[in-house]
Amino acid sequence: MSRTEHLKSLGYDVMPNAGTEVDPREVQLWFGPQHPGITGNMSVQVWLEGDTIKRGITHVGYLHRGFEKLMERRKFIQSFPVVCRICVAEPDTNEYLLAQSLEELSGMDKDVPEKAQWIRTLVMEMSRLQATLMVLGGSVGTMGMGTAPNWTYTLRDFVLDSFEELTGGRVYHMYTTYGGVRRDLPTGFALRLEETLKKIDERLPYLDDLIFHNEVFRMRSIGVGVVPVEWADEIGITGPPLRAMGIARDVRRDYPYLKYPELDFKVCTGEGSDIYARAWVRRQEISESVSIIRQILEKMPHEGPYSAKLPNMLTWTIPRGSTYVRAEASRGEMGYMMVTDGSDKIRRVHVRGPSYTNAITVLERMLPGTNIADLSALMVSLQTCPPEIER
Amino acid sequence: MSLKNVLAPFSAWARAFQKPFTVPEADTFRPGADRYRGWHINDTEACIGCGTCADICQNSAIDMVVVDEITKGDSGLRPNVDYGRCCWCALCVDVCPSGSLGLSNNYIWVDKDPDVFRYTPGVDAKEWDNDTKGWRKDDGWNIIDPDRVPMPMMMPEEDRVKSWAEVVLGYTEEQARAEAARCVECGLCIAACPAHMHIPDYIASIRDGNYSEALHHIYDNNPMPEMCGKVCTRQCESVCSIGVNGDPLAIRWLKRFATEQFSDFGEVLKRDVPKVGIGKSVAIIGGGPSGLTVAFYLAVRGFSVTVYEALPQVGGATFFGIPKYRFPMPSLEKQVKLLTDSGVVIKTNHRVDAAQFEQLQKDNDAMFIGTGLFKPSNLRAPGEDLPGVMYAIELLRDHHIGETVEVGEKVVVVGGGNVAIDAARICRRLGAEVTIAYRRRLQDMPADDEEIEDSEAEGVELITQNIPLRVEKLADGKLDFIWGPAEMISEGGGRPRPKLVEGIENHLEVDRVIVAIGQKPDLSWLPDATAEGIANKWGGIDCNESGMTAVDGIFAGGDLVNDTADAISAIADGLTAVDGIIKHLGCEADQRR
Repeated sequence: MSRTEHLKSLGYDVMPNAGTEVDPREVQLWFGPQHPGITGNMSVQVWLEGDTIKRGITHVGYLHRGFEKLMERRKFIQSFPVVCRICVAEPDTNEYLLAQSLEELSGMDKDVPEKAQWIRTLVMEMSRLQATLMVLGGSVGTMGMGTAPNWTYTLRDFVLDSFEELTGGRVYHMYTTYGGVRRDLPTGFALRLEETLKKIDERLPYLDDLIFHNEVFRMRSIGVGVVPVEWADEIGITGPPLRAMGIARDVRRDYPYLKYPELDFKVCTGEGSDIYARAWVRRQEISESVSIIRQILEKMPHEGPYSAKLPNMLTWTIPRGSTYVRAEASRGEMGYMMVTDGSDKIRRVHVRGPSYTNAITVLERMLPGTNIADLSALMVSLQTCPPEIER
Repeated sequence: MSLKNVLAPFSAWARAFQKPFTVPEADTFRPGADRYRGWHINDTEACIGCGTCADICQNSAIDMVVVDEITKGDSGLRPNVDYGRCCWCALCVDVCPSGSLGLSNNYIWVDKDPDVFRYTPGVDAKEWDNDTKGWRKDDGWNIIDPDRVPMPMMMPEEDRVKSWAEVVLGYTEEQARAEAARCVECGLCIAACPAHMHIPDYIASIRDGNYSEALHHIYDNNPMPEMCGKVCTRQCESVCSIGVNGDPLAIRWLKRFATEQFSDFGEVLKRDVPKVGIGKSVAIIGGGPSGLTVAFYLAVRGFSVTVYEALPQVGGATFFGIPKYRFPMPSLEKQVKLLTDSGVVIKTNHRVDAAQFEQLQKDNDAMFIGTGLFKPSNLRAPGEDLPGVMYAIELLRDHHIGETVEVGEKVVVVGGGNVAIDAARICRRLGAEVTIAYRRRLQDMPADDEEIEDSEAEGVELITQNIPLRVEKLADGKLDFIWGPAEMISEGGGRPRPKLVEGIENHLEVDRVIVAIGQKPDLSWLPDATAEGIANKWGGIDCNESGMTAVDGIFAGGDLVNDTADAISAIADGLTAVDGIIKHLGCEADQRR
């Protein structure tokens, strides 16, 4: 069943203005693409009766760059500056997955040095931390409360300072590549990162007061935006929206990669599957990430190479093959299905981003009956990342 | 609703009395991190204009623009960065073979004119040009491979002097393709090669496993590639961009590999060249690399070409000068076979004299002189005429045409060029103990570095900074080679020259003194009028840009004309003369080789 047919079967008018009768009680509203409550450049077209959404559909395509197609036209190394743009808020998962899939297909994965694996784990967890900080603040910000996002964004910026020091870039890092990582840890990096972790630790109780002990937030989030548990396997929901249902699934534990098997961490879950539960899962994951980063800094080797010996980037070819690699992003399972054909370019790559599931499938199903004022909060709690949908 | 949940959020007010995290002016208060990726900087002196940065840039933000003239190893181009496209990934920095490119940690630049955000770093002055912080190349992460695939050599080294077998064994297919994959195809080598061979093209063909295509690219402008693949002076490798911070591509060995894949070039190289020269005849005096180049490229165009060679075999210095452990006879014969198959008539053991030259001039539409340098330079020290003092070039020639050469048990070779090394290594194989005496320092030696290393591995001793004083005769036929130490002095800049330290005499008892300090031209075989007409003040020949001498219809090339005196320069002269002769005879319907 095509998506159009699927929407029609649900009673949606896909081309609502084309020769259909307009119900005088209905108001049609385009929510986004320019709207502060929208997570990035996408829009939701909704039909309202009063302030209740009767039905709605999502529209993406505002920033389509065709990442997957671009990669078919680039040398392997040239794809790294492309993939980080698949998720602005959390680029490192993409860099790792691209590197890992190329390594698996070329056989280079056996040569990646121990230290590089640790640095990659560190980067992945720092990346999850800063993205989770952002979305936690965002969950509250969409309800009109500005202080919490100011704080979490500030904390995120301290993490970005560390990223800047480590990778030379704040948002787009282009740091993890095949063979390892591009640079060693700077001297004293661990100490400065620990300073940031302390700032986060110190601020978290205040954030709890501001968010989870906030009656306004509680009233607007508990029991709101409940994703039915039955959808979990039917749709393939992953990440915090899944764990907020009480289902403890996490790629880091279930399909271990990098150095996660050597780290002690808890898969955080929530109860109720509502906006509150998802925010609470993220709040716990911030603490877990801080703890994981501390363990990494303690356990990682200080000596040794941080990259395998690399071939000439202009002429490197990878034998025919295909693979699927996955990792736990802050939004859920991110995966790359890659096919190579023996040439110096990727033949085909499919990026499995959690946002497609969360923001298209889940969101569209949940729109009927949702209050228009809760739409932003719902989208943020599903952690929609539009470029990942339009890859 | 609990009271706590109403009151708790107000705890945020506590922060109102603390210092803010934000800073008012980012540029004053917050410089970029030490390895921040900001605006580009370029050390234009170190930059070689290879353009690899432009190749790697996935946004096409880098254009190579002309800022200077082409010099050897420098294209004269420099990267121009368009910040409307740049994504600051810094792959250009990490790939930069010379390490000249970097990113400053400066990130603030405001201007109302959008066109200024496109500039040539290092050429267009910017305030961050001298920033020491920012993203720089790092040895731990190298996306071009700096390490050459080692060439298999005959081992152990002691065995090499026991035979005349080739010391260099040649790459296997796997090794050759791995080495070819290191190329970044910048093309600096094309400009450095005197013959401007299509190097990146044939390396790419080797990488792809298409060896006949490689051979086609090679034969575009070199009819003696197997020779060049084994013994070329490889000026290409001296400018290879990978060589700036690593081992240069083994261009010579890759050419060797491509030629070794075929036992007969004729089948591979069938090509359709317009026969523009039918009915024209050209005589070529001297069957060295320059003469054979002219012969081949004219013959395939339908010219009737005859090569006159004084020795029993063509090849010139590559036949009589290069030892067979470097360039075996079958390799030479393979290349000569292609020439004769292409219609070149070769007359060996045919020394042309003045009378015959005049006759040939009448019988042919054009002449080419490529007789090379075969008259040795003198030692200019007393005792040079003693029996037992001989010239390296004569030793090599006699050895290669099959005459018995006696060198005794102990030999000193005077000189530091490739001929000196070849003579020394031949003497080692003839069973002698060999010492090379060179005037200047080791780093000044004109001989190929690998040759020097190989000769030392084979047990040749090397003494540098010395000046031969005289040779004296000792009892039982031995010679006393007397030399004084020299110190290097620089007068008025320029290359330091050796100056004798007076009053010290060192003695070396030897059976033979072999002089290898160069050769000089000899045009005495030519008719006097012609010789006078074409000779320059050094006794060599000057040619115009078409390779023609001052006498109409007489072209020349090779060691007589150029001062580099290597085979590839001779081939380059030959190519010039091919174009010149075609033009001179009005046959330029097609200039393609």
